[in-house]
Amino acid sequence: MRLRRDLTCRELVELVTDYFEGALPARVRRRFERHIGKCDGCTAYLEQMRVTIELTSRLRTEDVPSEALEPLLVAFRDWHADGA
Amino acid sequence: MDDDERDVVAALRRGDEATFRRLIERYRPGMLWLARRYVRDRATAEEVVQETWLAVIQGIDRFEERSSFKTWLFRILANRAKTRGQREGRSVPFSALDDPDSEQHAVDPDRFLSSGPRAGWWSSPPAPWGIPEDHLAIRELLDCIRMTIDDLPPRQRTVIALRDIDGWSADEVSDALEISDGNQRVLLHRARSKVRTTCGPDDDGSGA
Repeated sequence: MRLRRDLTCRELVELVTDYFEGALPARVRRRFERHIGKCDGCTAYLEQMRVTIELTSRLRTEDVPSEALEPLLVAFRDWHADGA
Repeated sequence: MDDDERDVVAALRRGDEATFRRLIERYRPGMLWLARRYVRDRATAEEVVQETWLAVIQGIDRFEERSSFKTWLFRILANRAKTRGQREGRSVPFSALDDPDSEQHAVDPDRFLSSGPRAGWWSSPPAPWGIPEDHLAIRELLDCIRMTIDDLPPRQRTVIALRDIDGWSADEVSDALEISDGNQRVLLHRARSKVRTTCGPDDDGSGA
């Protein structure tokens, strides 16, 4: 029996975020990379997760609406006018 | 605190409106995401953000600079949002989906062979997913991602939004949500997996 069998695809997909975050222990990382090196499916999966992250980072919240901004600026001005 | 932060605090204390406006703009997305972790809806989250800035105006002179301005700001926000959530009678929901200790799969187990010498390997491997060139296709994808994130359980939603949209570090997110680094990663992995499954080319109906 081999002491450290290869990772399966099913195990690997659960480790992808830990891999990206640099949170895998060195030994597991090596097994992870060895698997990726010979598995097209997992290579595609890893790439899909990278694309997911890249696309998500393109989402932007809209600008601050003036009905939120203006009252705060007024309050800021008033506070400093009073304190002066 | 770094110098940039010290300058910010000094500027607020002397009433520098341009700095105040810049901070409101910079932190608004993150503040809304974090507030929504605790309150019922977006409108209430907006109110909590406004209240937080009013508290900053009144409290900046008493800020002792033992933490960063950002940490201080988001602590005020989280406290207010929690209080607000409790008043709404919204017990912080812990669905199994949002519990890092519950077992969940990033990919539908049916996608893997269940027996034979290649058990645990793909039965139908995923296809490559390139980012489309076409603007309309990208917009549709981004709409899908936005809606999927909106529908995530609160903690997953907050983690993916702060990490992948707003660009926070892992430490900042664990701190603000008062969760361990490990749980932060579990929630992030689950959220990303759900987005991949829902919006990717490889819809295998798994994830949740």
